[in-house]
Amino acid sequence: MKILVAVKRVIDYNVQVRVKEDGTGVVTDNVKMSTNPPDDNAIEEAVKIKESGKAKEVVAVTIGEDKAQETVRKALAVGADKGIHVKTDGIVEPLAVSKILQKIVEKEKPDLVFMGKQAIDDDCNQTGQMLAALLNWPQATFASKIEVKEKSLEVTREVDEGLETIETTIPSIVTCDLRLNEPRYASLPNIMKAKKKPLEQINASDLGVDIKPRIEQIKVEEPPKRKAGIKVASVEELVQKLKNEAKVI
Amino acid sequence: MSALLIAEHNNKEVKPFTLNAITAASQIDQDLHVLVIGHSCEAVAKSISEIPNVKKVIHIDDAIYENYLPENFTPVVIKNSENYSYIVCSANTFGKNLMPRIAALLDTSQVSDIIKVISADTFLRPIYAGNAFATVKSTDVKKCITIRPTSFDPAPTTGGTAEIVKVEKAEASDLTKFIKREEVKSDRPELGTARVVISGGRGMGSGDNFKLITAIADKLNAAIGASRAAVDAGYITNDHQVGQTGKVVVPDLYIAVGISGAIQHLAGMKESKIIVAINKDGEAPIFSVADYGLEADLFEALPQFLEELNKLNTIQK
Repeated sequence: MKILVAVKRVIDYNVQVRVKEDGTGVVTDNVKMSTNPPDDNAIEEAVKIKESGKAKEVVAVTIGEDKAQETVRKALAVGADKGIHVKTDGIVEPLAVSKILQKIVEKEKPDLVFMGKQAIDDDCNQTGQMLAALLNWPQATFASKIEVKEKSLEVTREVDEGLETIETTIPSIVTCDLRLNEPRYASLPNIMKAKKKPLEQINASDLGVDIKPRIEQIKVEEPPKRKAGIKVASVEELVQKLKNEAKVI
Repeated sequence: MSALLIAEHNNKEVKPFTLNAITAASQIDQDLHVLVIGHSCEAVAKSISEIPNVKKVIHIDDAIYENYLPENFTPVVIKNSENYSYIVCSANTFGKNLMPRIAALLDTSQVSDIIKVISADTFLRPIYAGNAFATVKSTDVKKCITIRPTSFDPAPTTGGTAEIVKVEKAEASDLTKFIKREEVKSDRPELGTARVVISGGRGMGSGDNFKLITAIADKLNAAIGASRAAVDAGYITNDHQVGQTGKVVVPDLYIAVGISGAIQHLAGMKESKIIVAINKDGEAPIFSVADYGLEADLFEALPQFLEELNKLNTIQK
C-alpha cells in the first residue's frame, strides 16, 4: 500500500498575524513559517501505518513557491520516503489545489491520500473533500482515529454532535484532526538523512490544469477590536458587575 | 436566479443552524428554495415550508439518505442544482463535509464560512483564525457558499406556506458505509446557540474538576465549553471544543475558566457579548479580550462564584 500525504506551508500557529496596511493581505516577511499543524498529524499517521507494516511507501507532496519545499523536507525527516514539490506562484485556491493533487494521484497511484482537515491560514476546509469528488473516492473527514483493514478503512470522525464512525472503501481520502495522534519531532540525524531522499520538482503549468483564481480578494482588514475590559478584585464584585452593569445574569 | 439551501436536520427536526443559514441565504437571493434530503423526514419538510423566507421546499426521501453521507448527498444535490445561482449550507461539520464535494463537481471555487453578505457576489469571511477579515468576490457563475451560523440571526419559523415538491432520489454510492454515531445527550442548551457558555481549560486539572463548572452551568442554564487543551487531555469530549478547529460561539455571556487564551481559542469566542476570564496568571492573553477579568485560583473562585449566584434573588434563564 502506498500513502500520499499533502502538506502546506503556512504562518506558524504561534505567530500573531498582522494585516498589511495597504489591505492586500497579511504580513509574511520575516514571519516564522511551519507546516500546517493537522498536516503534521497526516504525515505522522501515514508513517505509523508504514511502521506497522500495512503500507510500503509514504510520499509527501506540497504545492507552492520554492520555500514550500521546507515542509516536504520536514515530512521526509519524520519518515516519508519521497517528496514532490509542485511549483506555483501566488494564491492557489482549494479547487486548484485539488485539481493539481488529482494529477499527482493519477501519476503516483496511491491507495490512500491523507491531509489536514483545514489549513490555518485561509481556514477553507475544502481540499480533501474536493479531491475526493474529483477522483470519485470516498472521503473520511475530521478523522480522530483510523483503522486500516484489508480492503477498507474504519474511521472515527469528530462531528458537532460527538463522534461518528464510517467505513470507506480503499482507495480513500482522509482529512486529519489534531487529535488523531501526537506528531513526532525530527531528530538531527534524520534531518541530515532526509536531505538525501528524492524530491521531485514539477511545474504546475506542466500539469495541464486550470489553476487561475476564481475568487477576487478585494481587501483584507483587521477585525473590529474589543474594548479593553477591567479587572475585578473579587468574585463578589464580578457577580455584581454581571448582574447590574452588564445585565447578563 | 434563485438560491438553493441544503437543510441540516436529524430526520425528525430541523437543526437550529439551518435557520441562521436561511437568513443569510435569503439576504443573498430572496428566491430561496430549500432541499430537504433524508429518510422519513416529512416533518422536517413541513416545518421548513412554514418558514416565511422559504419559497419552495424540495423533498427527497430515501433510506440511503438516513445518515447524511456526502457520497450519497452530492449526486442528488447536483441533480437538483441546475436552475440555481447559489448553493448554500451552514459552515458546521455537516456543511464543511458536504459542500466542497458539491463545489468541485460543479467546478466552482467555494466561498467558506461567510460572516456578512456585502452584495450578490461579494462576501466577508474571517481568515487566520479570525485575526483578519477578507472581502472576497466570487467570479463563478454558480456559487457555492457556506455560512457561519452565529453571524446571522435565525429565521422566523412560522407564517410561511411554501409548496413542498417531492423529487426522486439519485443513484446510491457504495463507497462509504455508516457504522455508528456517538451523540452526547444532554439536557443543557446547545453549545452553539446557548445564551450563556462556561468553558474550562487546561487549568481545570482533571475531568473530575469540571463538576465545579457543571454546578455553575446548572445555575445559569449555560452550555459547557472547553479549550482544545482540555479536550486533548481527556477532561471532556470533543463536542465541547470552542475555537478555530472546534465550534464558534457568540453567547451573551462567555465565562473562560483556567483558559490561557491561545489565538486558536479566541477565534471561537471573541465575538461573545460579554466575556469573563478567571485565571490565576494575570498575564494570560485571555484577559486582553475579557470585559471582566478575575485573577484568582479557580478552585477558590468557582465555589465562591456559585455561592454568590445562590445569593441572587433572580437569575436570567
